Parts: sequence; C-alpha cells; structure tokens
Amino acid sequence: MTTASAPEDRGNGARWLRQIWRGISVPLVAVLLAGLIGAVLLVISGANPLQAYGALFKGAFGSPVAIQRTLEKATPLIFSGLAVAFAFKAGLFNIGAQGQLLIGAIVAAFVGFSIHGLPAIIHAPLALLIGGLAGALYGAIPGALKTYTGAHEVIVTIMLNYIAINITDYLADGPWKDPSPTNIVARTPKILPSAELPILGNIPLGFIFALVAAVVVWWVLYRTTLGYEIRTVGLNSSAAQYAGIRVARTIILTMALSGFLAGLGGAVETQGIVFRYQPGFNAGLGFDGITTALLGKTSPFGVIPAALLLGAMRAGASQMQFDAGVAKEITDVITAFILFFVAADVIVKTLIRQRESDDEKVVLSKGWGG
Amino acid sequence: MELTAPTTRSATTSWIFKNKWLLLIGAIVVGTIAYAYATNDRVTTAVLASTLRQSTPLILGALCGLIGERSGVVNIGIEGQMLLAAFIAFLANVYLGNLWLALIIGALTGALMGALLAFMAVTLKMDQIIGGTVINILAVGLTGYFYTAGLVTKGKFAPISLGPLADIPLIGPVLFNNPPITYLAIILVFAVHYVLFHTRWGLRTRAVGEHPRAADTVGINVFRTRYINVILAGAIAGLGGAFLTLEGVGSFERLMTNGRGFLALAIMIFGKWTPLGAWAGALLFGFLYALNTQLQFSGVSLPPQLIGSLPYVATILVLAGFVGRSRAPAASGQPYETEG
Repeated sequence: MTTASAPEDRGNGARWLRQIWRGISVPLVAVLLAGLIGAVLLVISGANPLQAYGALFKGAFGSPVAIQRTLEKATPLIFSGLAVAFAFKAGLFNIGAQGQLLIGAIVAAFVGFSIHGLPAIIHAPLALLIGGLAGALYGAIPGALKTYTGAHEVIVTIMLNYIAINITDYLADGPWKDPSPTNIVARTPKILPSAELPILGNIPLGFIFALVAAVVVWWVLYRTTLGYEIRTVGLNSSAAQYAGIRVARTIILTMALSGFLAGLGGAVETQGIVFRYQPGFNAGLGFDGITTALLGKTSPFGVIPAALLLGAMRAGASQMQFDAGVAKEITDVITAFILFFVAADVIVKTLIRQRESDDEKVVLSKGWGG
Repeated sequence: MELTAPTTRSATTSWIFKNKWLLLIGAIVVGTIAYAYATNDRVTTAVLASTLRQSTPLILGALCGLIGERSGVVNIGIEGQMLLAAFIAFLANVYLGNLWLALIIGALTGALMGALLAFMAVTLKMDQIIGGTVINILAVGLTGYFYTAGLVTKGKFAPISLGPLADIPLIGPVLFNNPPITYLAIILVFAVHYVLFHTRWGLRTRAVGEHPRAADTVGINVFRTRYINVILAGAIAGLGGAFLTLEGVGSFERLMTNGRGFLALAIMIFGKWTPLGAWAGALLFGFLYALNTQLQFSGVSLPPQLIGSLPYVATILVLAGFVGRSRAPAASGQPYETEG
C-alpha cells in the first residue's frame, strides 16, 4: 500500500490510519526523544544505555509475570489519574488524591480484616465500595470548604494529605494494629481471603476494574447531565451559575467523586497487592496521579496508556537496576521529559512536520483563581 | 501631598480604624508571647526561635511562588526547584568546601530551574501546571539518580550574633542570633514587598499579571517581564533549598524537601499573594510546627500522630474561618499571545 498518492485517491482505510497516526505520533516521538535524553545521561554516568533499556523492557514486558507486574503498577495510577483528571474537568485541582487514596486503602483493609463470614462475592466488593466511599468523604471536605467558606481547594487538599498520613499512621499503630505476637511494626492485620481480589491468568482483577472505571468516568463526563454541568463549571463557573447550574453542589459532588476514584485506587492496592495496610506502601501513588492525568491530557481514555507507560517503567526499573546497575530514578528523569515533549507538542510537531491544531491543546491552570 | 479624608478623624485614628483587625491580632499575639515568657522564658524563647527557623524555607518558597504569579506564571514546581537547589548546593559545599559559594550555586540552580519554567510557560506556552510538574519530577529523578550515599558534609552555617541586639531578652536570641539565610529571608520579605508595591518594576510586573494585553499596549515587554520575574523567583526558591542543606539539616537526603514546596504554595495563597501576608502564614505554620515538637517533647498523653496533625488542621481552620476567599492575579496561568 502506498501513501504517496494524491489525497483524493485515499480510501477510508488510509484516512483512518492517518487519524491513528495523528493521535499517537506525538506521544510516540515524545517517548523516543525522552529515551534519547535518558541515554545521554546514562552514557555520561558511565552506563550502557542499550543494556539498561533492554533490561527495562524485559522487566516490563519480557514474560507473563513481567506483564502482570506492569499491569499491577499501572492499576493504582489509572485510578488516581482518573481522580485528578475528573476534578480538572470542573476546574478543580485535586492535589489531595494522595490523601484520599491512603484513606481508601486503610478503610478497605479494615473492612477486609474485621468482617468475618462473608462470601468473597460480597466481601471483596463491599471492601472496595466502603474504601471508595471513605475516599469520597475525604474528598468532599475540600469541596464543601471551598463552596461554603471560599477556602482554596489546593491549600486544603495539601493539608489533608498530611493529615491522612497522620490518621493512617495512628490507626495502623493503634486501634487497627496487627495484634499477632510476632508483629512489631505499624500495620493492620492481613485481610481475609474473601476480601482479596484474584488474578485472572496474568491479569489482575483490579486492572479490569480500572478500565471499567475509565469507561464510567468518560460516560459520566460526556453522556450525562452531571457531566455537562461539571464541564460547564470548569469552563466558566459564573456563566454556569447564570445558566442555572447549582455550582456549589457540582463542586462538592465533583470532589467527592474524584475522592471516590482515588479511594478505590487505594482499596484495589490493598485488596490486590499489599493485602493489608502498611504505612509507606502507597507512598506517592496519589501524586503520580497528577503526572498520569497530565500525560493523558486529562482525558479518561488518555489516562490508561499514560498509566501503562508509567507502570511499565516502574515494573522494569528494578530489573534495570539488577541487570545494568542503573539507579531506578533514571525513569523519573525520562518521565519528566516525556511529559515535557507531550505538552510541548509544538516542538514535536515541528520535528515531524505536522500541522498544529488548537483543539488538542490542554488548558488546566485557568481554574486556579477559584 | 496625600489627600486627607473628609472626616473629622485625624490621620492616626483613621489608620488605626482601617487596620483594627490586624492590630487586634497583633495585640493578642504580643500579649500571648509576653504571658508565655513570664510563665516560662526558656521554653518560650526556644519555641519562637524554632518558629523562625521552620518558617524560613516556607517563606522563601512562598515568595518564589507569588513573584511568579504576580507576573502571570503559576509555579507548582517550587518543590522541585528547592530539591534540586538543596542537592546542588550540598554537592558544591562537599567539593568546594565553601558555604557562601555553595549558597550562590544553590540560588543559581533555582534560577536555572526558573529559566526552564519560564521557557516552558512563556516561550512554548505550555500549560503551566504541566511545566511545574515537569520540574518536580525532573528534580526527583536527577537528585535520586546522581545521589551517592556516604558523601561527608563540610559543616553548615553557624548563627551570626548581631552584637548588643542579640543580648535583648527574648527578642535578641530569637531575631538577632540567626544563621545568614534566615536573615536573608526576612530581608527578602520586605524587599519583595517594596519592589512589588512601591517601584515602577513592581507596578509593571503586576500589570503583566493582571492584564498583559493592556500592559503590552502601553509598551511593557510581557515576555521579558515574565522571564526576569520567574528567574529571580527561582533563585529565591533556590535559597530555600540551600537553607535545608547548608543551614538546616547540613546534609542531603532523598526527597528531603518533603512537600515544603507545596506547603509554600499553600502559604502563598493563604497570604493572598502578598509578601507580608505570606510571611504571616509562614510564621503561623512555623509556630505550629514548633509547638507540635514542644508538645511531643513535654509528654502530652495524646498519640503523637494526632498532635502531628495540628499544624495542618489549624491551617484549614484559620483558612476556612478567617481568611476566606482568595483571588489570584487575573492572568495567572495564562500564556500570553501577541496580536497579529
């Protein structure tokens, strides 16, 4: 098949391919450029980039177990990425996904270890649901404070992140501490098998839930009245007010739903990976949600490949450290440059001679003033 | 000549009337400190000195944030700017063995990160939240990748006593016996306030942050103004980072900024984008930190994690109860496009 023919000769297939190319060209080139910069750094510090990247790839995709690890690492990022992206749509910057995730994780653990005698078909979803609801409650606080007192959600969510660390540390070292005589650290008891999320083949059930969550978020945002209201408030909250949208209610609800997603992320991590709550085990997963959301251009479906990319780098990093002796933080440097090139698509599009279109540009920070 | 108010009140009374809440809060603070000092002078002095120390990196970070936003550039990369500056300043101290040189290098590192932010925000017109996030991740990656354990520190800044001033009870040990970056931070609060509100440059900066189109029309170079402000602001964040390795802890640890850049962001909003307001916020936060340490020290029967939440809970309460709605500079976060 040739692509050199005149535009009118192109069939539907070619146009379709062109559409796909338009969608993936920028991220693809961004990953390549960022990898190149990472390679330069590796060479400077005396490592072999081919060996390092080879090990990274092997650790992320080299075997069914490696793929499973990639999916496991991507799962919480999809949830926290969706949480941040969802709030962005209403013009809210939820830096608090981290705190909401921690609360969701520990509450799911509590439901998981404290309720006995339930069948798995009830116990596991119940723990997920209550974990998510705990995150929703925790997320609703900054929403309510914003609407009723004008307190800026950025400050409140930052503070609530610290408070969440203290609350979970306290619970894991106090009332919910693992009472078994061999335990000396701060952690909850192990959850019961009935609350665990199984792995289907090599696909963790939590990952499938994450994909479903992305579809639901897309549906809510673009196919429901609530979604329309959320996006209108995000574009112009005074116009939304004028048009009869209850802005206060929309803001609180958005923050609660955002918190629900983050809380679910924590619950899935507890029930599918850690099987208990232990301080430090979920560190940074919520903050990485910001990166994931931005990398996915705040679109519910963009979050999935973004999370998979970050998850793959995380899954492969230890293999790279082991095989090539390269510190795993190089993946953070690469991530920073991928985000840079995806956002600075002017550079990439000039490189591959693609015309710029304004509709793809992400604008987030206009909602800052609250 | 100032215009006089068309009332019978004298200038002094009207000034007092205008600032009654500020004066009331000030009186309460002074009264409380005096009472505490009379009750236990040693602990009071220690808590207040600790307050100032804890507030130093926060106010430096907050100044960085507010200078950027006043010129129309949102900076959520303060955390990264501070972290990288802390790391590079530490390395400079280890390899050059000169604290002052290390301090300058730390500030330059911050400035360089500021330049990167300005390049992304102004030249590339990239979304500024993304620009700041890029800086944060980059700093975590670079400091983690190049960090080597076991580097031995070459000491840190010692307090400089300001002669007889340092002998005044309470005020002396708290205000006039500090290491250099702490003094520098206090000077910068007033310097930034003066420049921002009492000079032509400050007026232009604020014009660019509120209404770049209008500023452009009267001949102010929007791009240049934003670049210079964001780079200078980065240098101030660099000082905040250098504080951690050269004055506070004395050595570098991974992720040692520990969210201070984000707290600084919160303090900036808390202070409604003014240097003096931010300073009040930073001091309040520093005080709550110091109080928290003191409470844990003195063996209060509450669990330490719950006392540990005190600064954050108190900030939310103060914010929700007294500060209320805050308004960012109108053009903050928006890239400026020239017409034509």
